[in-house]
Amino acid sequence: MLLEKVGILGNTGIYALRDLGGMGVYLFHILCGCLKRPFRFHETLRQTSFIGFGSLFVICCTALTTGMVLGLQGYYSLHKFGAQGMLGSAVALSLILELGPVLTALMVTGRAGSSMCAELGIMRNTEQIDALECMAVDPFRYLISPKFIATLMSVPLLTAIFDVVGIAGGYLAGVTLMGVDSGSYIEGMRDSVTNHDINVGIIKSFVFAVLVVWICTGRGYFVQQIRGAGFGAESVSRVTTQAVVLSSISVLVFDYLLTAVLL
Amino acid sequence: MNGTVIEFRDVSKIFPKKDGGEQRVLDRVNFAIPEGKTTVIAGRSGQGKSVTLKLVLGLMRADGGQVLVDGQDVSLLGKKGLNAMRTRFGVLFQGSALFDSLTVYENVALPLRERTRKKEDEIRAIVEKTLAGLELSGHESKFPAQLSGGMRRRVGLARALQLDPEILLFDEPTTGLDPVMTQEIYQLFAHTQAEAGFTAIIVSHDIPRVFSLADQIIVIDHGAMDVFASSDEIQRSEKAHIQEFVRTTMGSLYQSHLVEQ
Repeated sequence: MLLEKVGILGNTGIYALRDLGGMGVYLFHILCGCLKRPFRFHETLRQTSFIGFGSLFVICCTALTTGMVLGLQGYYSLHKFGAQGMLGSAVALSLILELGPVLTALMVTGRAGSSMCAELGIMRNTEQIDALECMAVDPFRYLISPKFIATLMSVPLLTAIFDVVGIAGGYLAGVTLMGVDSGSYIEGMRDSVTNHDINVGIIKSFVFAVLVVWICTGRGYFVQQIRGAGFGAESVSRVTTQAVVLSSISVLVFDYLLTAVLL
Repeated sequence: MNGTVIEFRDVSKIFPKKDGGEQRVLDRVNFAIPEGKTTVIAGRSGQGKSVTLKLVLGLMRADGGQVLVDGQDVSLLGKKGLNAMRTRFGVLFQGSALFDSLTVYENVALPLRERTRKKEDEIRAIVEKTLAGLELSGHESKFPAQLSGGMRRRVGLARALQLDPEILLFDEPTTGLDPVMTQEIYQLFAHTQAEAGFTAIIVSHDIPRVFSLADQIIVIDHGAMDVFASSDEIQRSEKAHIQEFVRTTMGSLYQSHLVEQ
């Protein structure tokens, strides 16, 4: 009985290591695909429009409400110490360093990552990826690299938009609704936010973009090799759920690691 | 013209089972595909027919033995070598494997756009000619979801023919089609092969009908392969598992096909 459990544990460990190794090789192939000619400019632009422009509405909504909540919560906390003047600083730093990159990555995972995973999973199950390979067309260059480049371009830009809209939301709640002085909100923000803070936010958004596109496309690409995924439509749905969960957790774990290293 | 293009030497392919055991789909099989001829691979579902095609194309690796294409071991080829080999093949997949988000025209033009340096107007001329030859003119701007099963197979065939392949692989080309459409696909195949003279491998369940196209028939059963020159030879075989195959898959169907003929 015990031996059986140890065996299952060992098998799971070997499977996890093999999966991680496979995903490492997969990332290497994507990077090679990005450098191979002919570049797929049109497809990359199309994907940028889908991932970036298509996510704009959900990003703006999330940013505005998050900023407003931060404005209200910040006012409530700072008011106790008579430090309402620090509201701009608190809202901006929270958004630029943490909430902007993390929430943007989570929103892109839910909206575009799941779709990329399902698309590749269906293409794998219907032999469309095999067909590409049989035509001697590199599926990494043709299918995945445009998604990779588009995500890498879109996520940092969306993060910047998230930060700006979030700060505006904080202003709306703190200044317009709660009566904090407009000048102290803006000046507090200007004094406390440094270039280093902005760089940390940008680095985080790049790392999160890589994680999201790598995990989401990888799960779809390997849909038939994932243990317990099942077959057909069910496998695509299971793997898509797995991709969203895995990339969301990875974003949160890497957020902690990057914060620990960069701050 | 009568050399061997593809050869399997003691090839085995094993898949793991859910219960931890293993299923030996191909068990040290040997056969050769002659150049310019049509070989039919027949057998029941799950016997490794499609696996055989994937081994030829290097989409899967054999667990033992050698798969040779023009004397080259496929498992030893790198990415470049595999790509060079694959450009000699055209493949018609079971479900046609058309790209859902591309139109009929874009699907058929894809190999030319990706694998040649032809200009767009040259590509358009070639694609339109191919589509006209397969009675698909006027459907260029449709998406695969808007086509019938038979039309999808024809678009798949058009795409497979774009790079003038020397070897064409057909994976269950008539599955899910009605008898009229099946007949149409086979006529189209015979016509195209007479024109282009390619080597063909057809994997099919459609046993009595597909045999009329075959120069060689390979019956795959429980991991073993037996090669026959004709369907009559299969019927005369004294091997127990072949007799069983004849009884279960050919018997009444084959008789009714003879009556039809």
